[in-house]
Amino acid sequence: MNHIDQTFAGLKEQGKTALIPFLTVGDPDAGTTIEIIRQLEAAGADLIELGVPYSDPLADGPVIQRASGRALQHGITITECIQVAEDARKSGVKLPFILFTYYNPVLQMGLEKFFDLISKKEISGLIIPDLPTEEDAELRAMAEAANIHLIPLVAPTSKERIARITGRARGFIYCVSSLGVTGVRSDFHSGIDSFLSDVRQSTELPIAIGFGISSREHVERFSKQCDGVVVGSAIVRKIEETLPLLQSAEHRREGLEQIRQFVQGLKG
Amino acid sequence: MNHVPDENGRYGKFGGRYVPETLMNALFELEEAFNHYAKDPEFKAELQYLLKQYSGRPTPLYYAERLSKHLGGARIYLKREDLNHTGAHKINNSLAQALLAKRMGKTKVIAETGAGQHGVASATAAALLGLECKVFMGEEDTKRQQLNVFRMKLLGAEVVPVLSGTRTLKDACNETLRYWVSHVNDTYYILGSVTGPHPYPKMVRDFQRIIGDEAREQMLAEQGKLPDYVVAAVGGGSNAIGIFYPFIQDESVKLIGVEAAGKGVDSEEHAATMTKGRHGVFQGSLSYVLQDDHGQVLPAHSISAGLDYPGVGPEHSYLKDSGRAQYEPITDAEALEALQLLSRTEGIIPALESAHAIAQTMKLAPSLDKDQTIVVSLSGRGDKDVEAIMGYLGGI
Repeated sequence: MNHIDQTFAGLKEQGKTALIPFLTVGDPDAGTTIEIIRQLEAAGADLIELGVPYSDPLADGPVIQRASGRALQHGITITECIQVAEDARKSGVKLPFILFTYYNPVLQMGLEKFFDLISKKEISGLIIPDLPTEEDAELRAMAEAANIHLIPLVAPTSKERIARITGRARGFIYCVSSLGVTGVRSDFHSGIDSFLSDVRQSTELPIAIGFGISSREHVERFSKQCDGVVVGSAIVRKIEETLPLLQSAEHRREGLEQIRQFVQGLKG
Repeated sequence: MNHVPDENGRYGKFGGRYVPETLMNALFELEEAFNHYAKDPEFKAELQYLLKQYSGRPTPLYYAERLSKHLGGARIYLKREDLNHTGAHKINNSLAQALLAKRMGKTKVIAETGAGQHGVASATAAALLGLECKVFMGEEDTKRQQLNVFRMKLLGAEVVPVLSGTRTLKDACNETLRYWVSHVNDTYYILGSVTGPHPYPKMVRDFQRIIGDEAREQMLAEQGKLPDYVVAAVGGGSNAIGIFYPFIQDESVKLIGVEAAGKGVDSEEHAATMTKGRHGVFQGSLSYVLQDDHGQVLPAHSISAGLDYPGVGPEHSYLKDSGRAQYEPITDAEALEALQLLSRTEGIIPALESAHAIAQTMKLAPSLDKDQTIVVSLSGRGDKDVEAIMGYLGGI
């Protein structure tokens, strides 16, 4: 059984909603990312999205763009990002890892080599925001063969596409909260509840919501309708604010502690 | 050559729709509207009227006699897209897409721009058709092309300087896509080149093929035969596809795309996507891309803002890999020299983009016989570049 399925099954038994933090790997460096992952787990995260930095992140807003830029300044590669999952596991982290990457870095590594690598390195799921269902046949087949879940995104504009997308899905369905790129939002559009209920009716799989979820109020609001809540930019922004602490030997622990408290605060 | 693209927007292996799910329905809606209106007699008549009476088409095919004699070889014909309203071929596509946007009931349009020519063309078409227009332009380019920024503002458009990434065309495209993801319900994206997700590469080709359709007819009328070569500059590749496409089935006609070699293809500052790039997915389609070993897209460089782009349209990649067209690099210095030569021999100051095509012609023409002919796409006029050129040449 895939690690993601086990986690959602366990949470369902307890009547809990998964908290799924996202972070950009290598911001500010791979070693710090591993320490942050440990804090996220300690703060009550249930699954973790590992964002691979990309030069042209067209689904991302300014916060994650900046984080990608910082990580790429050190020349971090997708191979090193994948290695972070294994290193985090060795350091004792138990959560399932989902790799969030744009398609081109995967394509350049070669699909065969890519799946060979991630199957060995503790990756349980994949999110590729610029690979819509029309383009994913080859990759999806290889993911299924490797027992790695290709987690699809559905958007408020997906409409009649929802059933087609969720029908092929594995792991869970990632519902994009609203039109737009990743980033903090103050409110959500009025159609969000009927959108989530449409997705719910189309699948037996867990559904999670992301894009713009940034506060405890948001997490609570969507916990009633969703099996998981993804918090990305808010955490990446918190990491950005904490960078001066993280990069100082003297204050590093304090920085990590602030991130832990922030994420714990989301969960309530 | 096969008929491309197929129903999935594929040119052989190239093309496709690699965009966030949020945009997929909008792309299908656009494809449906385009397929419908491309056959609609009323739409076609209105577009034809505007191209003729508003933009001044057909543009002349001009025999550049003094340039031909100076180079001492083939007869060189210039397809004068620089004589279009707004000074470049970009208006062909912008008028057509703005008209399509209006038919689709959209009131707002957005566009990306590098040199500013597509931005100006889109702002112009939006003003003409009463649409609200926002143009995204890399901050670096807003400095290089201040006159075009002001032109767009005069035309009533809002110019949004893009501060992310390299602050040039590549990031202007990213930002326009991001804005479109957020406003897809009421906003039409007028994409300016034969790049991006399907149906844009096909649609823009079909709106630009008028360049080649006219040139082919003009050549046959004047010379009674097809040209031996067709030469055009390639950034994203819209003027080149426009002039190549009607000649693709004419196997005797050699097609040469000219890309920007910047400071040289062996330097790190160039935009020679075909010469130095590899297959990859970038901004919505699979094509040649300038990238590092790990799939990160590299910044491009060219003296010409319109060619300063690390990608290229998927149909060009298809033409290259199938051998139907060849792609040659021209450096900044060669383009500047060509620009001066054309100015002095013919009294035509070309855009820096078009100067790349002239530079390739300077290499090619002397090796050909006097009865052979070259058609060059003179895609735009050089007025927008005069200040930058003055900076490079430091007075003459």
